Amino acid sequence: MSGVRGTVNIATERCKGCDLCIPACPPRVLEMSTATNALGYHFPLLHDGCTGCSACADVCPDFVFEVWRYG
Amino acid sequence: MTEMRLIAPSSPALLQSPDHELCPGCGHPVAWRQVLEVVEELGIADRTIIVVGHGCYTQMMIRSDLDSLQCLHGRGPAVATGVKRMLPDAIVITLSGDGDMVSEGLAEVLHAAGRAERITSLLFNNGVFGDTGGHMTASTVVGQRTKTSLSGRDPEQHGYPIDVSRLLANVEGTAYVGRGAVNTAGLVARTKRMVKRALQLQMEGAGFTFVEVLTMCPTGWFVPTAAGPEYLEEAMMATYGIGELKAPEA
Amino acid sequence: MTRVLQQGSEAVADAAIAAGCRFFAGYPMLPFTELLEHMSRKLPGAGGVCINADTEIEAVNMALGAAATGARAATGSCGQGIALMQEAVAEAALNELPLVIFNMARGQQDYFQATRGGGWGDYRTITYAPKDVPEAIEHTYLLFHLADLHRTPVVMYGDYIIAHTHVGVEPSVPDLGPLPTKEWALDGSMGGTGRARQIWTWDRGKPNTPGLGPDAHWKDVAAKYDRIDQTEARSEQRLVEDAEVVIASWGTTATVVDYVVDELRADGVRIGSFRPLTLWPFPGAAFARAVAGASRVLVYELNAGQMLDDVRIHAPDRSAVRFIGSVSQDQTGMRQGDLLDAAVVRDRVLSALKEGS
Repeated sequence: MSGVRGTVNIATERCKGCDLCIPACPPRVLEMSTATNALGYHFPLLHDGCTGCSACADVCPDFVFEVWRYG
Repeated sequence: MTEMRLIAPSSPALLQSPDHELCPGCGHPVAWRQVLEVVEELGIADRTIIVVGHGCYTQMMIRSDLDSLQCLHGRGPAVATGVKRMLPDAIVITLSGDGDMVSEGLAEVLHAAGRAERITSLLFNNGVFGDTGGHMTASTVVGQRTKTSLSGRDPEQHGYPIDVSRLLANVEGTAYVGRGAVNTAGLVARTKRMVKRALQLQMEGAGFTFVEVLTMCPTGWFVPTAAGPEYLEEAMMATYGIGELKAPEA
Repeated sequence: MTRVLQQGSEAVADAAIAAGCRFFAGYPMLPFTELLEHMSRKLPGAGGVCINADTEIEAVNMALGAAATGARAATGSCGQGIALMQEAVAEAALNELPLVIFNMARGQQDYFQATRGGGWGDYRTITYAPKDVPEAIEHTYLLFHLADLHRTPVVMYGDYIIAHTHVGVEPSVPDLGPLPTKEWALDGSMGGTGRARQIWTWDRGKPNTPGLGPDAHWKDVAAKYDRIDQTEARSEQRLVEDAEVVIASWGTTATVVDYVVDELRADGVRIGSFRPLTLWPFPGAAFARAVAGASRVLVYELNAGQMLDDVRIHAPDRSAVRFIGSVSQDQTGMRQGDLLDAAVVRDRVLSALKEGS
């Protein structure tokens, strides 16, 4: 998995579907789901290419992202 | 097996619970997270007292693991004065929105700065009284639509916004004024550095320190949630520039 | 103990400092101004802080903040300035913070303000109305003690006369008994422990330490004031045992009234007097007993009838009550006027007694 430097755990049940993480992610590896959580909101899904930069966590109002880096 | 390092926990250690009732896309928790992280990083949680005004951000106070005093609308800097004068070694932080500080509490913050009270006041400015449903404050920018300026703030009828950071920067008792924002990750990081600088100055016994943070209120702004960051940049930042308006000589 | 000649304001300031007051904030306003001046001069030397605030609202909020740290804190003004402080007084009450408020009043027109309160919610302030400077000193010690004991704002109803009269005083600090420790006080130390403290009138608490919430908390606070009502009332009465007429008055007015009572007794009038020391709790039970044998109850106060309401509530026979007081202000507007006069009181008492019953 070259180029994958990090990953995030996403607390999908807490997300309120504000979408702010989507454009905040520099490599654009987040995409809002079509499914909805118990609150009725769409939530982010992670694609390949996360760098563990934590921009998503920085802009998230609902404390959804736990950010990890490899190595 | 590749090693993994935790870069950021989902929720700061000083937040007892991340589940809050603020709107989707609200900027307040984004800003408050940075404050809690700075308090933890500076190692001052066990001598910090937060004095919190009235607004949506009370939701952050009631979940924060810091000794807290909820105060009357606008009165935070006066209440904090009493706290700090009795506990000079405590780190005293006030938290207000623009309704609380620029409307109701303008006298209190200016006088605290005048007296060079060694407290740090934070202003989460979204240009509305959010908690009451989105009404005009003294910070509402020209053209901004609120429930009491439905066609947009009109100078003819409503006058102009008051830039409290600029006022405070001109008060001799003020040691530091920074204005940040939380609509992009880059500005979030820059805001965190301002908060850290302000609190470090308080720890050093410098005079009044102040950080204003522009935050999103898509509900109060009548914009779609995802459009909050862009509206903040186009409407709020056009009136309120980002940066350090006053800082001690390096 | 040396006897010293002191202005009332200075005697009160000294008493407050001796009682352990370490924070005072005020805004100059006659006749309260001298108390602020004396505190400003003397409190720093005792290790305290005195701030000349830029508004009354700031002053009371600063004092509230100081009280939240556990310090003995006070503020004051005259009634007109205390009117501005009402929201914060209510806030202190519902936060259960001790706070001493000195009303150096311009007269007797603030009885309603002191006893009914102009803030919000179900709260009261224990209010003492000294009749002279020695009582003002005694009540100062008492008020700091009661504020801490009951975790409530409290009021001293002084006035221009008490503030400005020079009297020979020989004060000594009384031992008023033990007080609970202030575990609720904020000092930052619980931050990061998972059990950080919160002071909020809504008492919602935090996730790890939930509070009662506004409903239960406000009911609790109301119940506390009910208990205080049962236990903290104080009064004084003179010559009521065989009195046909009892005259009720309070504060400095009572010294003039009692002078007249003694004069009339010498003339054979069976008159007695009743004086609440606490305007709240109003000593209703003691009052009812004091006037039980009287056919006439007179009220003399320098307003349009404020303690009169409490007299009517507690008098066994409301039809026996007569108001013989009046608004009275001197031309400067700063103090009681011409009707604080023994001849006037005497006249009005005698007229009331002549009235057919």
